[in-house]
Amino acid sequence: MTVDTAARTESTPLTHRQLPRRIVPVVLAVSIAAGAGLAALVGFSLPALAILSAVVFTVAITTVSGVVEGRRKAVDRLVTTLVYSAFAVALVPLISVVWSVLDNGLVRFGADFLNTSMRNVTGLHDQEAVEGIGPYIGGAYHALLGTFLITALATAISVPVGLMTSIYLVEYGRGKLAKAIRFFVDVMTGIPSIVAGLFAASLFAVLFGVGTRNGFAGAVALSVLMIPVVVRSSEEMLRIVPNELREAAYALGVPKWRTIVKVVLPTAVSGIASGVTLAIARVVGETAPLIVTAGFTSSINSNPFSDWMMSLPAYVYSSAMRPLSGSEPQPSFDRAWAAALTLVIIVMALNLIARLIARIFAPKTGR
Amino acid sequence: MTTSTEPATKPPGRPRRAKVRPGDRNFSWATRAAGVLILIVLAGVAAFLVREAIPAFRADPAEIDGGEGFFAYVWPLVFGTLVAAFIALIIATPLALGIALFISHYAPRRMAQGLGYVVDLLAAIPSVVYGLWGIQWLAPNVRGTWEWLADNLGFIPLFAGPASATGRTMMTAGVVLAVMILPIITAIAREVFLQTPTLHQEAALALGATRWEMIRMAVLPFGRPGLISGVMLGLGRALGETMAVAMVLSTGGFTWSMVSSGNNTIAAEIALDFPESAGIETNTLIAAGLVLFVITLAVNMLARWIVARREAFSGAN
Repeated sequence: MTVDTAARTESTPLTHRQLPRRIVPVVLAVSIAAGAGLAALVGFSLPALAILSAVVFTVAITTVSGVVEGRRKAVDRLVTTLVYSAFAVALVPLISVVWSVLDNGLVRFGADFLNTSMRNVTGLHDQEAVEGIGPYIGGAYHALLGTFLITALATAISVPVGLMTSIYLVEYGRGKLAKAIRFFVDVMTGIPSIVAGLFAASLFAVLFGVGTRNGFAGAVALSVLMIPVVVRSSEEMLRIVPNELREAAYALGVPKWRTIVKVVLPTAVSGIASGVTLAIARVVGETAPLIVTAGFTSSINSNPFSDWMMSLPAYVYSSAMRPLSGSEPQPSFDRAWAAALTLVIIVMALNLIARLIARIFAPKTGR
Repeated sequence: MTTSTEPATKPPGRPRRAKVRPGDRNFSWATRAAGVLILIVLAGVAAFLVREAIPAFRADPAEIDGGEGFFAYVWPLVFGTLVAAFIALIIATPLALGIALFISHYAPRRMAQGLGYVVDLLAAIPSVVYGLWGIQWLAPNVRGTWEWLADNLGFIPLFAGPASATGRTMMTAGVVLAVMILPIITAIAREVFLQTPTLHQEAALALGATRWEMIRMAVLPFGRPGLISGVMLGLGRALGETMAVAMVLSTGGFTWSMVSSGNNTIAAEIALDFPESAGIETNTLIAAGLVLFVITLAVNMLARWIVARREAFSGAN
């Protein structure tokens, strides 16, 4: 395209000279070769090769473009290169996180890991396992159970409160109270999770005595984090319910509260459900509030109202930071990674479920 | 928006008051009670924190950890919190800007949507997983870089040696935090960049602007408030983030050097010490939590204010 226009306007050049499209791969190949050469000088390694090639490419393409195409094009090419490299640089840690969770987690992950607890597992077992005398034992059943119970309790507290509040904000609330609630829900979104944990811990210390730790305290801490998320997402969903639906119900003489329960909520239910699922996904991995409220244990505890309760994030934390055996920490690290993998699978599954809910149960639009 | 349901509920010029049905009354009271409960909970958070923190402010300075009173105890923690968040922001902001631009304006359309999903999923990975990755994968791998910094730039106090032998330093913690807040900032920046009016962009291109000039003249000015608020939300997250720092950093007393072990953040200090604390130490940690609460509150309010200011203008677009 550029070639014909250039040919036609040869007498008064309206177009600038342009580099051919294939200049980019050519310069890239040359830069990688040069980068390899430079990397060999400083001691060859893959990161060094990548960084040096990227630097050489950036300088080369900008210079070539500056000479042939002019300053403006050169700046454009420079920025394009920077944007692509920012993306590439960001991929490195993100891929590495996912890869190390999979690679290290799969060492111990399996039915056995999910079905056993850490009760009576000691550093001695780990040492024997490493020496090949005994089997690798110990799992995260108690933590999985704890996470399930604590999250379920938190959901049971947060969803009614959050949903009712969003109904108030959308259907009833106007004036100072609604404004105050909306503002403070925003404030609540920004509470650091550890502060929510401290709140629950000091609440239970005042009510039931200092040092009270149980699953319910953890659920209260998680609720403080979960309620604002539920309010915000449900509020958004209730707002997009068309007003015509409400007016049609009123016109038929349906009371307002029945309109809300029978017309507005069913219309918004897919969005609300997916918002709740995302909120669960957000709190299920919270660690800090649980280690100050629910504590740690190696035994199965199915009663969230008494005694310390393990959760998956706390399990990851304690296995990684306080290995059972000081001399052979690797079995503990493997367990930490396997628990981290379990946690990531749960979070990803919840996100997927949220998307599916939103898609499958979405109200039929159009008439 | 709030008033949009008004015509349905209050027809103008209604001659008589309709009888209020008990169901309606109960339901509206129930919803209002839920809203008020939230206010009570938040007031409770503040009240309990203050109540439990007061003994730390009043206590004899010698009883507080470090023996010089609460403020001498808390300021290195505040410093550590701010520095870790600052390192994270310096690393994450330009990268997030690049990724957001890549997704919104550079990548092929079909790939861009997939990348958007991936970024959202990465934002959902729990912080303890990032912490585990930081201590087991990142710290050993960046140790050499910090040693190089200490050897070659050691005259700058921030990089003063000797570098930590484990790599568990403030810089590493900052990098982990940066990786954690990257998806958050990227998600918000991408959202606002995609909202740039197409007409502005096409007008710039029609006048002969290159892609970068178009972005600089049309996209960035439009997206700047959104980008700033995204950065502020990332900052709020980085300030309050506990596990990544608690796991990655090898904590210790105050030091200017970012490449040796030492320093600590408020959140990590609470997570590490609270489970085994008792008496006045518990109060001290809760008071530190109160300080953190106030700092994050200020940052978040600032972010909301910037967003709100943008909303006031957005009617013109």
